[in-house]
Amino acid sequence: MSLYKKKDTIIIKDVTHTYKTETGLLPVIKNLSMSVPENGFTAVVGPSGCGKSTLTKLISGLLQPDEGEVFLSGEKITTPRPTVGMAFQNPVLLEWRSIIKNVMLPLEIVPNKLNSLEKEQRAKQLLSLVGLEGFEQKKPSELSGGMRQRASLCRALVHKPEVLILDEPFGALDAFTREDLWQVMHNLRKEEPFTGILITHDLRESIFLADEVVVLSGRPTSKQFFVKVPKSKTPKLESLYSSKSIDMLKSLRKQIEIAQSQQEQNK
Amino acid sequence: MRHILVPLYAIIIFLLLWELLVWLNEWPNYKMASPSDIWPAFWKFKGLFFQYGWDTLWRTVVGLFIAVLCGVFLGMIMGFSKVLREAIYPLLVGFNAIPKATVVPIIALMFVGQHDLNTILIAFMISFFPIAVSVSIGLSTLEPEYRDILRSLGASKSLIFWKIALPKTLPEFFGALKVAVTLAFIGTNLMEIVSPHGRGLGALFDSGKTNSDYPLMFAVLIALALLGIGLYYVVVILEKIFAGWAERSTD
Repeated sequence: MSLYKKKDTIIIKDVTHTYKTETGLLPVIKNLSMSVPENGFTAVVGPSGCGKSTLTKLISGLLQPDEGEVFLSGEKITTPRPTVGMAFQNPVLLEWRSIIKNVMLPLEIVPNKLNSLEKEQRAKQLLSLVGLEGFEQKKPSELSGGMRQRASLCRALVHKPEVLILDEPFGALDAFTREDLWQVMHNLRKEEPFTGILITHDLRESIFLADEVVVLSGRPTSKQFFVKVPKSKTPKLESLYSSKSIDMLKSLRKQIEIAQSQQEQNK
Repeated sequence: MRHILVPLYAIIIFLLLWELLVWLNEWPNYKMASPSDIWPAFWKFKGLFFQYGWDTLWRTVVGLFIAVLCGVFLGMIMGFSKVLREAIYPLLVGFNAIPKATVVPIIALMFVGQHDLNTILIAFMISFFPIAVSVSIGLSTLEPEYRDILRSLGASKSLIFWKIALPKTLPEFFGALKVAVTLAFIGTNLMEIVSPHGRGLGALFDSGKTNSDYPLMFAVLIALALLGIGLYYVVVILEKIFAGWAERSTD
């Protein structure tokens, strides 16, 4: 443990994971170690199919690693726990529920002391924070893709999780909607600090949102490269076009190419 | 108002065309009864129509109810367990492939004299298959993310079923139930027609046949159609209440 700061909220320690498929063993993650400090936000990028989604399942406790350990707030993860919030590329809203009832779903499962009025207020507060005020009673089918993803983010945060796991939440959105949601993420982080991990394929997204970007190598994956991203208090989209950002993007791009060619070789 | 008037006009036009067809061809009523023959035939036996209509209706509904229970149960088993799906599916398909008309005499012999039970059994056997299949497909095609959202919060399997799997399967379930309603009527009538000393609209149809009362036979067909329409729309109303969210506005 000496390698890791005690206050790190997410600690992944020498994790190895192998899937058993019909054609044999498929090693996905090999000796991966990384950590995210409290209220930190780390983006994870890497070649397609390198094991990023497996990583989210290991952190949320949906999967157990074959070797190594995962700690959340100092506790070893062996089963799913209610202190985690998740959002996926597919917003998976329940179509038979109104938006506000969708956002309140985790409060029906996670033990809490809120009464029904307080639950509603909590959901409303989050919805207005992401710009969905007035859409509380709408059904998901009445909302655009970007709005559905906003609601999905609210659902992931409504029970004040210690850890937010985002698995390509903006991957299916058009470029402008995606940029809107990046701003929404910054607002959420300011108002509702959380420790987060973001899986993404978008390098600009990774440096705009995260404090640290981790590049994973090709499958079986481990940490190949990482870079700290200095953050201003009010990040602006223009900053992505500064020479500093462009240099960072170039070096990340280079790392991805290395990881991709490595994955090709391992096939 | 339009929702009622349009189908009503369609029915009236249908009856007029039918009357015209019979009149133009000068068919005798043993070849094809016309709508104007049917009303007197109904009026003559109106007591029997209501009594037997009720018999047919309640047997169909009970058979359908059992079909829903068994169908949902089988569908749940097959939807949740891949091994059990592989085990049960061929048996189910084979059972469904047997024409139920051939099962009727077997059941009639198996439970001799228990006319109500026999009829309900056939109605059940003929109608549970679409329900079982639709529920199993609905459950097995549930996107894994839906499950993960709840599972990552520590929800139990039964909670996931009640909160997500069940409501998500309802549109498929009601689609199958609409098919099952008409099938169940077929089942009820098969047994009622074949059973000696039977009761129900099927028996009335059979007595029309033995007495060469052809307008009566046609009147029974119309009565069956009316019962079928009625029960179908009961299912539509239930669907609107429980799965109305699946309907998208058309504009």
